[in-house]
Amino acid sequence: MKRYSAFAIAREAMRQHTGWDRAWAKREPKMKYDVIIVGAGGHGLATAYYLGKNFGITNVAILEKGWLGGGNTGRNTTIIRSNYLQDPSAAIYEKARSLYETMSQDLNYNVMFSPRGVIMLAQTQHEIRGYQRTAQANALQGVKTEWIGPQRVKELCPIMNIDGPRYPVLGGLYQERGGTARHDAVAWGYARACSDMGMDVIQKCEVTGVRQENGKVVGVDTSKGPIDCDKLGMVVAGHASVLAQKAGFRLPIESVALQALVSEPIKPCMDVVVMANTVHGYMSQSDKGEMVIGGGTDGFNNYTQRGSFHHIEETVRALVETFPMISRLKMLRQWGGIVDVTGDRSPILSKTPVEGVFVNCGWGTGGFKAIPGSGWAMAELMAKGQSPLTDEFSMYRFREGKFIDESVAAGVAH
Amino acid sequence: MLILHCPYCGVDADETDLHAGGQAHLKREGPGSSDEDFEDYLFLRANPKGVHFERWRHVYGCGKWFHAARCTATLQVFGTYPAQTLEPPQDIKDKIADARPGWSWGDKE
Ligand SMILES: Cc1cc2nc3c(=O)[nH]c(=O)nc-3n(C[C@H](O)[C@H](O)[C@H](O)COP(=O)(O)OP(=O)(O)OC[C@H]3O[C@@H](n4cnc5c(N)ncnc54)[C@H](O)[C@@H]3O)c2cc1C
Ligand SMILES: [Zn+2]
Repeated sequence: MKRYSAFAIAREAMRQHTGWDRAWAKREPKMKYDVIIVGAGGHGLATAYYLGKNFGITNVAILEKGWLGGGNTGRNTTIIRSNYLQDPSAAIYEKARSLYETMSQDLNYNVMFSPRGVIMLAQTQHEIRGYQRTAQANALQGVKTEWIGPQRVKELCPIMNIDGPRYPVLGGLYQERGGTARHDAVAWGYARACSDMGMDVIQKCEVTGVRQENGKVVGVDTSKGPIDCDKLGMVVAGHASVLAQKAGFRLPIESVALQALVSEPIKPCMDVVVMANTVHGYMSQSDKGEMVIGGGTDGFNNYTQRGSFHHIEETVRALVETFPMISRLKMLRQWGGIVDVTGDRSPILSKTPVEGVFVNCGWGTGGFKAIPGSGWAMAELMAKGQSPLTDEFSMYRFREGKFIDESVAAGVAH
Repeated sequence: MLILHCPYCGVDADETDLHAGGQAHLKREGPGSSDEDFEDYLFLRANPKGVHFERWRHVYGCGKWFHAARCTATLQVFGTYPAQTLEPPQDIKDKIADARPGWSWGDKE
C-alpha cells in the first residue's frame, strides 16, 4: 500500500495523478477463511481490522450484499460522543471516541474527525435532572463532560433562541471532545487497511444461509456460492434478525426506519453539534455548509430504507423554534436507514446459540460513534472468546434482567 | 403515509392517527412460565423482512387496539382485523398466500 501524504500529493501532481493505487482490492471469495464477517459497514470492517491488527488473524473475508458502507454507516449524521449513563456504555463508547482521535493517523486515511463539541439541550426540568446525573456519572467514569447553563449554550451556539416559548433552553450537557467525522472515509479507511493486511472485502455477496454441523458453524451460503469458515461474525445492523433467523435463533431486535436530511449549503454559522431530545431533533453544519438534521424513528417495523414524511415535518418544525434562522432554508435531500433497536437501547456484542457464531448489532440509532470501540471489542471477543468491553452486552442479558438502560442517553436518534 | 383501516370504527386512519404496538399474536406468559418463556414473550421478536402481523392502536380515533398484516419490505397492507383472535382471518391468509407463493400461516416467523 502506498502511503497517503503531502509528499504523495505533490508527486502525483507532477505526473497528472496517474500513480494512485486502488484504495482496496476488489476480490472474489476463496474456498475457506478463518473468519468471515458479514456486513461491510463500519462495525464489520472495524472488527476485521482489529482481528488483524490486535490478534494477527488476517485470513478474513468481509462479505457485503450491497456496497462498502452502503448501509447505515453511509447514511448517518456522524455525531460522535460518549456521554452515556451506564458504566459498560461509557467504557465502550469512550474507547471508541478516543480511538477516533487518532484514527486518521492509524489508518493513514483522513476521516476528518472534528471534535467540535456536542451539546445536548435540556428543555424540561426532567432533562435538567437527567443530564446533571449523567454529568456526575461521566465524572466518575472518567469521561469528560460538563453541565452548562443557558448563557454558556448561547455563547457556544449564538444562532440558537434560548427563550423559545414552548421549550426554552434551560442548560445542556456539553462534551467538548465530541463531534463528527466523515462516515464514508471511516468505511473506506478500514477497508483499505484490511485489504492491505491481505483480507478480502467482497461486495455484492449476500449471505443466504449459515451452515452448521453439530451446533457449530462451518461456513455460509452466499450469492457467490458456499464459503467455509471457522468463525462467523454477523454485523448487519438492520438485518440482524433476518440473518439470525437463517442461523436458527431470534434476537431482541426490531428494525425501524430512521431519517435524516440536509439543507442547501450556507455560510458557516454553527461550529458545535446540538441535540434537542425533547423536541426530537438535532443539527450540525457540514464542511460543505449544509445543515445536517436528524430526527426520530418511525414506530413500526420497516425494511424499506424510506421513512414517513411527517417525521421530517415534525423534526424541522421543532428545530425552527430553537433555531429560527433555519426557517427559510431549503432542504435538499432526505434519506433513511434501517436501524436495529433493542429494548434497553444498548447494543448486543455476544456469543450466540451456534458455536463459532458471534453477533454485533443493536446499535440502533447511534452506532456510528461506536465503530472503532465496537470493532476493537468484537475482535477480542471473536479471537479470545471473551472481552471486558463486551461482557455486559450479551444477547442473554434480557433473559437475566441485566439491562443496560440507555433510553435517556439515547433519548433521541443520533 | 401509511393508511390502515380501523376494523372497529371503520375509518381509514392515517399513520399520524395511529400508534404502532409491535408484533401481534404473542403468547402471553404467566406464573409458572420459565425465564426462557418470559424472554420470548417480552423481548424476542420475529422482526421479519416480509409479512408481519402487528398490533396498532387507533389513538386519535376510537382508541382501540386492532391487528394488521403488512409487509415490512414493500409496505403493502394485506388487511386489518379485530384483536380478539389468536390468528388472522382466512381471507387475509388467502390474500397473503396468493401474493407470496409458498407462504403459510404456520411459518409466520
Ligand atoms: C439517518 C441516520 C442517522 C444516524 N445518525 C447517527 C449519528 O449521528 N451518530 C451515531 O453514532 N450513529 C448514527 N446512526 C446510527 C449508525 O448509522 C449505525 O448505528 C451504524 O452505522 C451501524 O453500523 P453497522 O456497521 O453496524 O451497520 P451498517 O453500516 O448498516 O452495515 C451493515 C451491512 O450489512 C450488510 N448486510 C446485511 N445483510 C447482509 C447479508 N445477508 N449478507 C451480506 N451483507 C449483509 C448491509 O448491506 C450493510 O452494508 C444513524 C443512523 C441513521 C439511519
Ligand atoms: Zn377506530
